[in-house]
Amino acid sequence: MDWLSRNLPYLMAGISVGGQYALIAIGYTMVYGILRLINFAHGDIFMCAGLIMVYASTVLPIYVCIPLVIVATVLIGFLVERVAYKPLRSAPRMSVMISAIGVSYLLQNLALYITGGLAQQYPTIPWISDVITVFGVTTKRVTVITPPLVILLVIGLVFLIKKTKIGMAMRAASKDFETSQLMGIKINSVISFTFIIGSFLAAVGSFLFFSNYTGVTPTVGAMPGLKAFVAAVFGGIGSIPGAVIGAFLIGIVENIIKGLGWTTFSDAFTFALLIIVLIFKPTGLFGEAAADKV
Amino acid sequence: MSKLLTIKDLSVAYGGIQAVRGISFDVSEGEVVTLIGANGAGKSSTLRSIVGLVKPSGGSVLFQDKELSGLTTENIVKNGITLVPEGRRVFVNLTVYENLKMGAYMRKDNLEADLNWVYDLFPRLKERNWQSAGTLSGGEQQMLAIARALMSRPKLIMMDEPSLGLAPLVVQGVFDIIREINKQGVTILLVEQNANMALKAADRAYVMETGQITMSGSGQDLLENEEIREAYLGKKAKK
Repeated sequence: MDWLSRNLPYLMAGISVGGQYALIAIGYTMVYGILRLINFAHGDIFMCAGLIMVYASTVLPIYVCIPLVIVATVLIGFLVERVAYKPLRSAPRMSVMISAIGVSYLLQNLALYITGGLAQQYPTIPWISDVITVFGVTTKRVTVITPPLVILLVIGLVFLIKKTKIGMAMRAASKDFETSQLMGIKINSVISFTFIIGSFLAAVGSFLFFSNYTGVTPTVGAMPGLKAFVAAVFGGIGSIPGAVIGAFLIGIVENIIKGLGWTTFSDAFTFALLIIVLIFKPTGLFGEAAADKV
Repeated sequence: MSKLLTIKDLSVAYGGIQAVRGISFDVSEGEVVTLIGANGAGKSSTLRSIVGLVKPSGGSVLFQDKELSGLTTENIVKNGITLVPEGRRVFVNLTVYENLKMGAYMRKDNLEADLNWVYDLFPRLKERNWQSAGTLSGGEQQMLAIARALMSRPKLIMMDEPSLGLAPLVVQGVFDIIREINKQGVTILLVEQNANMALKAADRAYVMETGQITMSGSGQDLLENEEIREAYLGKKAKK
């Protein structure tokens, strides 16, 4: 009991941060599922969502900023795909990946140019930033609402993919572009839609994440992005439930390690996990054994 | 009979390699037409260029007097052409039912009647309705691929090697189905290496060799043709 009460704050922070990683990880895993591309720019799109919020909130009230940030982030994700990935549709996969790395650096350096490299203070979103006390732990409300919100979004997403026509088209396209085209599916629309969903979830994740970690720097997307990527690999890249479970696991374990007083090693754990997964189970928890399309 | 599909001087090239060298043929409404030939003769390339999966390097594809070459695949299939691809290519991660719905992806009307139609043609698919397509046998997957194509209510259905890799008894079943759906009014363009079965099923046939059409005639004529018998049917002509 004593142990629990001492570690409860860390556990709660872990679940919360895990949920935020999950929202980013879904973007990685969905794009990989359909394009077999690791979208290295995804973490930076998350950073852009943070920056847009910073600048928008200086002139607009918060309740206008939130939908604005969502729309702008979705637009960035859409444009990145159209400009940097679509022209390379029939190019070797490696070329697209290098293009993704290029976009990542482009966004970081644009942000560097705009911010001048100084950390920008994220605005306080009322209500979710309120300090509350649960089970004797003092925390922000965002910590408590993140897990249920993430679960709701994931349920919505699974419903979309399993039950709707566009979801069915996404599943079909993830297996076979050519045959999907024969069915009359517009492949490019399906791919754009995938990026739109991923960016939307990254935008939602940014509200939650930056309410706790309020400094937005040009490289702030790198760490959460990498961790979400590890979560996606751990869960089996391409699998949405896998990415969510992986993200929660990484968030919780990282914070428990912090709770044990080994804060220095909490990031090391995540990347050690990546190495171990790649060595012993490269397909991850729910990944498919057959990796390559024939 | 009116011409449904008219191909003129169609060429397909991959890099410097000419796979199809200016072929011309046509398919009339209600017919079963087959393209036979050996591996690498350019049969599949012909079908793939008709639906726009590869861009033809020259020539024209007229479908009901509408020029199709240059259109995207989804716009071509909208006109009422569909292709059952080589190797079946069912969506293995979708259920049988979802595969059929994918076939009707472009349609906005009620699918009930057509679902019942394909379930009548392929009772096996109804039994396996909720199974994922990956669990079906090769023959069942071929049936599903054909049923999926029928769900788009095509005017012309093209099939690329529907007998490939199937047991003889199953092959017979596939050709029975081809005749049956033709009887129900669907025009069929069939590409086959199994020349014997294809010629028996076809009204007319074209023989392709190294990217060119070298012979044509009714299915029956070609079945009796000595050259064909030696080259494709593996029988010596009777003296």
